[in-house]
Amino acid sequence: MQFGILVNEGPYSHQASDSAYLFARTALEKGYKVPRIFFYHDGVYNASRLATPPQDDRNVGARWSKLAADYGVDLVVCVAAAQRRGITDGVLGDNFRISGLGQLVEMGIQYDRLVTFGD
Amino acid sequence: MSDMDEMEDGSGIVKKFMFLNRKAPHGTVYALEGLEVVLITAAFDQDVSMVFTDDGVYQLLKGIDTKGIEVKDFSKTYRALDGYDIEKLYVDQSSIDARGLTEDDLIVDVTVLSVSEMANLMAEQDVVISF
Repeated sequence: MQFGILVNEGPYSHQASDSAYLFARTALEKGYKVPRIFFYHDGVYNASRLATPPQDDRNVGARWSKLAADYGVDLVVCVAAAQRRGITDGVLGDNFRISGLGQLVEMGIQYDRLVTFGD
Repeated sequence: MSDMDEMEDGSGIVKKFMFLNRKAPHGTVYALEGLEVVLITAAFDQDVSMVFTDDGVYQLLKGIDTKGIEVKDFSKTYRALDGYDIEKLYVDQSSIDARGLTEDDLIVDVTVLSVSEMANLMAEQDVVISF
Protein backbone atom coordinates (compact mmCIF):
# COMPACT_ATOMS: atom_id res chain seq x y z
CA MET A 1 0.00 0.00 0.00
CA GLN A 2 1.42 3.35 -1.08
CA PHE A 3 0.13 6.56 0.50
CA GLY A 4 0.52 10.03 -0.98
CA ILE A 5 0.08 12.85 1.53
CA LEU A 6 -1.05 16.42 0.83
CA VAL A 7 -0.37 19.06 3.52
CA ASN A 8 -2.40 22.24 3.02
CA GLU A 9 -1.76 24.25 6.19
CA GLY A 10 1.20 25.94 7.81
CA PRO A 11 2.95 24.66 10.94
CA TYR A 12 1.89 25.65 14.50
CA SER A 13 -1.17 27.69 13.45
CA HIS A 14 -3.08 24.57 12.43
CA GLN A 15 -3.22 20.90 13.41
CA ALA A 16 -3.01 19.66 9.81
CA SER A 17 0.78 19.58 9.66
CA ASP A 18 1.07 17.64 12.96
CA SER A 19 -1.62 15.17 11.92
CA ALA A 20 0.01 14.62 8.54
CA TYR A 21 3.38 14.01 10.19
CA LEU A 22 2.00 11.56 12.74
CA PHE A 23 0.04 9.73 10.03
CA ALA A 24 3.08 9.50 7.74
CA ARG A 25 5.48 8.40 10.48
CA THR A 26 3.08 5.77 11.78
CA ALA A 27 2.41 4.41 8.30
CA LEU A 28 6.15 4.17 7.62
CA GLU A 29 6.83 2.53 11.00
CA LYS A 30 4.17 -0.06 10.19
CA GLY A 31 5.83 -0.85 6.88
CA TYR A 32 3.55 1.03 4.49
CA LYS A 33 5.12 3.14 1.78
CA VAL A 34 4.89 6.93 1.74
CA PRO A 35 6.99 7.81 -1.29
CA ARG A 36 6.08 11.51 -1.42
CA ILE A 37 4.54 14.27 0.69
CA PHE A 38 3.31 17.39 -1.15
CA PHE A 39 3.04 20.82 0.50
CA TYR A 40 0.47 23.27 -0.88
CA HIS A 41 -1.28 26.50 0.16
CA ASP A 42 0.24 27.69 3.48
CA GLY A 43 1.62 24.14 3.81
CA VAL A 44 4.70 25.42 1.99
CA TYR A 45 5.77 27.15 5.24
CA ASN A 46 6.55 23.68 6.64
CA ALA A 47 9.63 23.76 4.41
CA SER A 48 11.27 26.88 5.83
CA ARG A 49 14.57 26.34 7.64
CA LEU A 50 14.32 29.89 9.01
CA ALA A 51 11.78 28.89 11.66
CA THR A 52 13.26 28.69 15.17
CA PRO A 53 10.52 27.50 17.52
CA PRO A 54 11.14 27.48 21.30
CA GLN A 55 13.39 24.63 22.50
CA ASP A 56 10.64 23.04 24.58
CA ASP A 57 8.34 22.63 21.57
CA ARG A 58 8.49 20.39 18.51
CA ASN A 59 10.44 21.65 15.49
CA VAL A 60 8.04 20.94 12.65
CA GLY A 61 10.45 21.66 9.80
CA ALA A 62 13.33 19.65 11.27
CA ARG A 63 10.92 16.80 12.01
CA TRP A 64 9.93 16.56 8.32
CA SER A 65 13.59 16.66 7.28
CA LYS A 66 14.42 13.79 9.64
CA LEU A 67 11.48 11.72 8.42
CA ALA A 68 12.75 12.14 4.87
CA ALA A 69 16.28 11.19 5.93
CA ASP A 70 15.09 8.11 7.86
CA TYR A 71 12.69 6.75 5.24
CA GLY A 72 13.65 8.39 1.94
CA VAL A 73 10.40 10.33 1.63
CA ASP A 74 10.30 12.89 -1.20
CA LEU A 75 9.24 16.24 0.32
CA VAL A 76 7.88 18.41 -2.49
CA VAL A 77 6.89 22.06 -2.15
CA CYS A 78 4.62 23.59 -4.80
CA VAL A 79 6.57 26.23 -6.73
CA ALA A 80 3.63 28.58 -7.37
CA ALA A 81 2.40 28.48 -3.77
CA ALA A 82 5.99 28.88 -2.54
CA GLN A 83 6.73 31.90 -4.74
CA ARG A 84 3.59 33.61 -3.47
CA ARG A 85 4.81 33.18 0.09
CA GLY A 86 8.55 33.85 -0.23
CA ILE A 87 9.67 30.23 0.11
CA THR A 88 12.67 29.84 -2.20
CA ASP A 89 15.47 27.30 -2.61
CA GLY A 90 17.57 29.50 -0.32
CA VAL A 91 15.30 28.94 2.70
CA LEU A 92 14.42 25.27 2.20
CA GLY A 93 15.13 22.83 5.03
CA ASP A 94 17.07 19.61 4.38
CA ASN A 95 15.47 17.12 2.00
CA PHE A 96 12.78 19.48 0.75
CA ARG A 97 12.62 20.37 -2.93
CA ILE A 98 10.52 22.77 -4.97
CA SER A 99 8.61 21.47 -7.97
CA GLY A 100 5.33 21.78 -9.86
CA LEU A 101 1.76 20.73 -9.16
CA GLY A 102 2.29 17.84 -11.56
CA GLN A 103 4.02 16.08 -8.68
CA LEU A 104 0.74 16.20 -6.73
CA VAL A 105 -1.30 14.91 -9.67
CA GLU A 106 1.20 12.07 -10.12
CA MET A 107 0.61 10.97 -6.51
CA GLY A 108 -3.11 10.69 -7.28
CA ILE A 109 -2.43 8.71 -10.43
CA GLN A 110 0.28 6.37 -9.14
CA TYR A 111 -0.42 5.68 -5.46
CA ASP A 112 -3.17 3.64 -3.85
CA ARG A 113 -4.39 6.46 -1.62
CA LEU A 114 -4.02 10.25 -1.52
CA VAL A 115 -4.70 11.62 1.95
CA THR A 116 -5.32 15.35 2.44
CA PHE A 117 -4.60 17.23 5.66
CA GLY A 118 -6.11 20.70 5.83
CA ASP A 119 -9.17 22.79 6.52
CA MET B 1 11.34 21.08 -13.46
CA SER B 2 8.36 22.60 -15.27
CA ASP B 3 4.90 21.08 -15.30
CA MET B 4 5.28 20.52 -19.05
CA ASP B 5 8.26 18.23 -18.44
CA GLU B 6 6.34 16.26 -15.86
CA MET B 7 3.43 15.62 -18.17
CA GLU B 8 5.67 13.64 -20.47
CA ASP B 9 6.35 10.93 -17.91
CA GLY B 10 2.63 10.18 -17.67
CA SER B 11 1.92 6.49 -17.38
CA GLY B 12 -1.17 6.45 -19.58
CA ILE B 13 -3.32 5.69 -16.53
CA VAL B 14 -6.54 7.69 -16.38
CA LYS B 15 -8.13 8.05 -12.97
CA LYS B 16 -11.31 9.77 -11.86
CA PHE B 17 -10.35 12.93 -9.95
CA MET B 18 -13.05 14.86 -8.11
CA PHE B 19 -12.33 18.35 -6.82
CA LEU B 20 -14.60 19.36 -4.00
CA ASN B 21 -14.87 23.14 -3.76
CA ARG B 22 -16.28 24.09 -0.37
CA LYS B 23 -15.06 27.64 0.23
CA ALA B 24 -16.20 31.09 -0.92
CA PRO B 25 -14.05 32.47 -3.77
CA HIS B 26 -12.51 35.20 -1.63
CA GLY B 27 -11.58 35.44 2.03
CA THR B 28 -9.25 32.44 1.80
CA VAL B 29 -6.88 31.32 -0.96
CA TYR B 30 -8.33 27.82 -1.34
CA ALA B 31 -10.56 28.49 -4.37
CA LEU B 32 -7.86 30.29 -6.35
CA GLU B 33 -5.09 27.79 -5.67
CA GLY B 34 -7.48 24.84 -5.94
CA LEU B 35 -8.33 25.90 -9.47
CA GLU B 36 -4.65 25.63 -10.37
CA VAL B 37 -4.62 21.96 -9.37
CA VAL B 38 -7.77 21.30 -11.40
CA LEU B 39 -6.18 22.75 -14.55
CA ILE B 40 -2.95 20.78 -14.11
CA THR B 41 -4.89 17.57 -13.51
CA ALA B 42 -6.79 18.11 -16.76
CA ALA B 43 -3.45 18.72 -18.52
CA PHE B 44 -2.46 15.22 -17.37
CA ASP B 45 -5.48 13.90 -19.32
CA GLN B 46 -7.26 12.70 -16.20
CA ASP B 47 -11.05 12.33 -15.83
CA VAL B 48 -11.87 15.51 -13.89
CA SER B 49 -15.09 16.42 -12.07
CA MET B 50 -15.68 19.56 -10.04
CA VAL B 51 -18.22 19.75 -7.26
CA PHE B 52 -19.37 23.00 -5.68
CA THR B 53 -20.88 22.67 -2.26
CA ASP B 54 -21.39 24.75 0.91
CA ASP B 55 -20.00 28.29 0.34
CA GLY B 56 -18.14 26.87 -2.68
CA VAL B 57 -21.26 27.56 -4.76
CA TYR B 58 -20.42 31.28 -4.48
CA GLN B 59 -17.37 30.62 -6.69
CA LEU B 60 -19.77 30.33 -9.65
CA LEU B 61 -21.88 33.38 -8.86
CA LYS B 62 -22.55 35.80 -11.72
CA GLY B 63 -21.41 39.40 -11.41
CA ILE B 64 -18.49 38.98 -9.03
CA ASP B 65 -16.58 42.27 -8.79
CA THR B 66 -13.41 42.27 -6.71
CA LYS B 67 -12.38 45.90 -7.27
CA GLY B 68 -13.52 46.93 -3.83
CA ILE B 69 -11.47 44.29 -2.03
CA GLU B 70 -8.41 44.71 -4.30
CA VAL B 71 -7.82 41.03 -5.02
CA LYS B 72 -7.54 39.15 -8.30
CA ASP B 73 -10.85 38.24 -9.96
CA PHE B 74 -10.48 34.71 -11.30
CA SER B 75 -14.16 33.99 -11.91
CA LYS B 76 -13.62 34.10 -15.69
CA THR B 77 -11.51 30.95 -15.36
CA TYR B 78 -14.62 28.89 -14.62
CA ARG B 79 -16.06 29.86 -18.01
CA ALA B 80 -12.83 28.73 -19.70
CA LEU B 81 -12.92 25.25 -18.13
CA ASP B 82 -14.52 23.60 -21.17
CA GLY B 83 -11.41 24.67 -23.12
CA TYR B 84 -9.48 22.31 -20.84
CA ASP B 85 -12.05 19.54 -21.40
CA ILE B 86 -13.41 20.05 -17.91
CA GLU B 87 -17.13 19.71 -18.48
CA LYS B 88 -18.33 17.78 -15.45
CA LEU B 89 -19.47 20.52 -13.11
CA TYR B 90 -21.80 19.59 -10.27
CA VAL B 91 -23.56 21.73 -7.71
CA ASP B 92 -25.11 20.55 -4.47
CA GLN B 93 -28.84 21.28 -4.47
CA SER B 94 -29.14 21.91 -0.74
CA SER B 95 -26.20 24.36 -0.81
CA ILE B 96 -27.78 26.61 -3.45
CA ASP B 97 -31.20 26.29 -1.82
CA ALA B 98 -29.82 27.33 1.56
CA ARG B 99 -28.25 30.44 -0.01
CA GLY B 100 -31.32 31.48 -2.01
CA LEU B 101 -29.61 30.77 -5.34
CA THR B 102 -30.76 29.02 -8.51
CA GLU B 103 -28.89 27.74 -11.58
CA ASP B 104 -29.70 31.08 -13.28
CA ASP B 105 -27.41 32.84 -10.79
CA LEU B 106 -24.37 30.82 -11.95
CA ILE B 107 -21.90 31.75 -14.71
CA VAL B 108 -21.57 28.23 -16.16
CA ASP B 109 -23.90 25.34 -16.96
CA VAL B 110 -23.91 22.83 -14.13
CA THR B 111 -25.66 19.65 -13.12
CA VAL B 112 -27.51 20.05 -9.83
CA LEU B 113 -27.44 16.94 -7.67
CA SER B 114 -29.16 15.86 -4.49
CA VAL B 115 -27.05 14.77 -1.54
CA SER B 116 -27.61 11.09 -2.29
CA GLU B 117 -26.74 11.53 -5.99
CA MET B 118 -23.60 13.39 -4.90
CA ALA B 119 -22.68 10.56 -2.56
CA ASN B 120 -23.00 8.04 -5.40
CA LEU B 121 -20.84 10.18 -7.69
CA MET B 122 -18.22 10.53 -4.96
CA ALA B 123 -18.14 6.78 -4.39
CA GLU B 124 -17.22 6.26 -8.07
CA GLN B 125 -14.07 8.40 -7.82
CA ASP B 126 -10.47 7.22 -7.52
CA VAL B 127 -9.18 10.46 -6.00
CA VAL B 128 -11.11 13.17 -4.15
CA ILE B 129 -9.28 16.41 -3.37
CA SER B 130 -11.05 18.93 -1.21
CA PHE B 131 -10.39 22.67 -1.22
